[in-house]
Amino acid sequence: MSLLHLAIFSPFLMAILVPFFYKGLRSIHTGWFVLILPILLFTYFIGFLPVTRHNQAVEKSFDWIPSLGIRFTAYVDGLGLLFALLITGIGSLVVLYSIFYLSKEKESLHNFYVYLLLFMGAMLGVVLSDNLITLYMFWELTSISSFLLIAYWYDRERSRYGALKSMLLTVFGGLSMLGGILLLSIMGDTFSIRELVSQAGELNGHPLFLLALILILLGAFTKSAQFPFYIWLPDAMEAPTPVSAYLHSATMVKAGIYLVARLSPIFAFSSYWFWIVGAIGIFTMFWGSFNAVKQTDLKGILAFSTVSQLGLIMSLLGAGAAALHFDSLNDNIYIAAIVAAVFHLINHATFKGSLFMVVGIIDHETGTRDIRKLGGLLSFMPITFTIAVIGAFSMAGLPPFNGFLSKEMFFTGMIQLLDLDILNLQTWGLLFPVLAWVGSIFTFIYSMMFVFKTFSGKYQPEKLEKKPHEAPIGMLISPIILAALVILFGLFPNLLSYTLIQPAAAAIVPSLVAPGEQLPVHISHWHGVTPELMMTIGVVAVGILMYVTLNKWIKLYTLFPGKVTLNALYDTSLYAAERGSYTLTKAYMNGFIRTYLVYIFVFFIGILGFTMWTQNALTIDKSNLAPIGVYEIVLVIIIAAGIFTILFAKSRLTSIIALGAVGYTVSLFFVIFRAPDLALTQLVIETVSVALFLLCFYHLPKLNRHEERMGFKLGNVIISVGVGAVITLMSISSHSNKMFDSIANYYIANTYKEAAGKNMVNVILVDFRGFDTLFEISVLAIAGLGIFGLIKLRLAKKGEEADEN
Amino acid sequence: MEILMSIVIGALFASSVYLMLSKSLLRIIIGTGLLSHGAHLLIITMGGLKRGAAPLLGEKAASYVDPLPQALILTAIVISFGVTALFLVLAYRAYQELGTDNMDEMRGNEAND
Repeated sequence: MSLLHLAIFSPFLMAILVPFFYKGLRSIHTGWFVLILPILLFTYFIGFLPVTRHNQAVEKSFDWIPSLGIRFTAYVDGLGLLFALLITGIGSLVVLYSIFYLSKEKESLHNFYVYLLLFMGAMLGVVLSDNLITLYMFWELTSISSFLLIAYWYDRERSRYGALKSMLLTVFGGLSMLGGILLLSIMGDTFSIRELVSQAGELNGHPLFLLALILILLGAFTKSAQFPFYIWLPDAMEAPTPVSAYLHSATMVKAGIYLVARLSPIFAFSSYWFWIVGAIGIFTMFWGSFNAVKQTDLKGILAFSTVSQLGLIMSLLGAGAAALHFDSLNDNIYIAAIVAAVFHLINHATFKGSLFMVVGIIDHETGTRDIRKLGGLLSFMPITFTIAVIGAFSMAGLPPFNGFLSKEMFFTGMIQLLDLDILNLQTWGLLFPVLAWVGSIFTFIYSMMFVFKTFSGKYQPEKLEKKPHEAPIGMLISPIILAALVILFGLFPNLLSYTLIQPAAAAIVPSLVAPGEQLPVHISHWHGVTPELMMTIGVVAVGILMYVTLNKWIKLYTLFPGKVTLNALYDTSLYAAERGSYTLTKAYMNGFIRTYLVYIFVFFIGILGFTMWTQNALTIDKSNLAPIGVYEIVLVIIIAAGIFTILFAKSRLTSIIALGAVGYTVSLFFVIFRAPDLALTQLVIETVSVALFLLCFYHLPKLNRHEERMGFKLGNVIISVGVGAVITLMSISSHSNKMFDSIANYYIANTYKEAAGKNMVNVILVDFRGFDTLFEISVLAIAGLGIFGLIKLRLAKKGEEADEN
Repeated sequence: MEILMSIVIGALFASSVYLMLSKSLLRIIIGTGLLSHGAHLLIITMGGLKRGAAPLLGEKAASYVDPLPQALILTAIVISFGVTALFLVLAYRAYQELGTDNMDEMRGNEAND
């Protein structure tokens, strides 16, 4: 345990305290107490910057499950630190914002902050673990806390639906990822990421390599909402807006990005990695932005926008994989793609975070998020409007904001793929820049919609629940800080380049960076008249044209049939799975105990018969049989008669007496078989049993066959004869096959010596196996209590009835 | 003798299974009674029959029958009595509360499906 581990666990510890703050200090918003922690953690992690900026790392480790080789190794390098700063930094702002967003009177704040802290700790664990098993554990914990946060308003049906959907999809991906992790550990014989990275070359040719790659990517793609798994993210917007800003745009959905970046050194040399990550990423980028335009809910726009931006970062990481196909840093233009990915990751967190907070403000102050009802809010909310403009223009990729810079670098990365003569890029490579460009146009359109449909246009007070006004200052602080960062990073991007971006990028492509060397990361605003600039101008020109004519072509979206969407597929398959399992269970669990007995008996016949058949146990050894005397034959006839009487008796009394007769005959058998104790006990017990039967006789129902049909009887006969036959065969077989000597000789020899008794059976019961007898008595006592309880229960109930009367 | 006993045991088991599969409560209880008789005889038969004197050292015999199955059966007899007694009271109470001894009418509560 070290301070670093404590930092990772501190949110969990804080979560324990939250309910006490909530109960004890109701007058103060619980968020104020929680706020202290992420700020402290943020400053703590800032302290690591001097270490990581020289591409060094801090490592602290302790054994968690040593027998399985699982250590909890906390490892802070450039990439981990970047995420840790995002988690704690955005976390602080979100907690501050939530204090004003969630009313302390109406909301169950203790739940909210416990879940939020749970998430914060889990996320820190994901990005700071070097061990894949601890990473996986924290990974699933983020899914669980996300589930809890989406379902925070659990009385809403849509919240529960969204929570379940995100849970099913992300946990499916998580389990796939676990499979991939296990395959990796089989191949490399370690769970440590760095040790695996050092064996990347050998792993590449392994037969399990491709399977591990696909399974791990399933985890990353479900978490980061890539096509076709993105469908959970729009439904996750049912969560309170601070949660959407935090989990579903800035941090948790980037865990998949993190995983891809972190494992790039292992997988990136494979062309499968390049194609899957790059193609899925770029298609998601296009598909998300294309779908965002048809949304009418502001959060819906932002959700699809997040999907699209995550795809953008993913495609850059895919393109960056090409960098590994070159040995040296010199003239390695593909590193630009990795740098762009890291830079855009930061930018997206800032502008998308501020935009979500803007939506929260609009929702809070007007009561709706529907752009068909909103409009003309500019005069009521000038500050919010300014923030929205900064965020949305940055998202659209306009200068001078940071989104412009990373969007240019994104175009560069995509265009450079055209020059690549490896990985079969000549044929399909052109699709990358084309999709990037088309996706950017739609990004531009929905960014404009976001601003102008809300703030300009006609003000419709009759459609709003409340009269809009500017948000309280507390709610504005966080988005203002983020918007300020958007401008700051836009104007002075090189503040970040060697502090955060270079170390993180170096961690993604460690094999290219020699010790002491640094990746060339210099971000500039003006590169001259380049294809990228022309693309941006094209985006703006076409975007404006299409935005103006939006009403003319928006109907095109209705051409897509609603029934063949991925959501419909999810709903139908979930419904089918529920119905199917219900029908299946209904079919064999029909509520009749008799049916279950039939299953048991049929299984019994099948499994024992099969075993005896395959083990050649069906032998009869006639050499060692005991002789049959006259008494025995008489007794056998009596038993047979008893059985027949019971089976065909019409009256209760006859069957009870026949049962008694069988019991007494059994005790006579015991006499013949030299078991005097058994004979005595059986006699006593049988007498008491018959007495008990007769005692209950008066209360028991008439012996009724309940009109059993012939078919019913026949089935029972077959099953019962089958059981009888198997038992007979088993008994004969046990006589004929002696696998080892009896252990009886020990008891015969030691009964007197060890226990000073002469009756072996008695000595075994009370001495050698004394505890067994004790437990047997306990069972009897329990049965006795049960009987007593059953009788008493009735008396109590009757007593109550008497009282009522 | 062992083979004959095996057949008797098989018959006891078969009839008890048949009774347990019927719909009437009382027949099911009688079935369990027969089942325990069959099980006891099965255990003692498996240990081998009539291979010496009763397991009492006072007999001073050269060989004794296996005492271990007898100890097991002794326990089993007592337990089966406890089970029968509990079953009887349970059947009696069920009949009183539900007004039927037909297993088909005692299905799990439909509302809980």
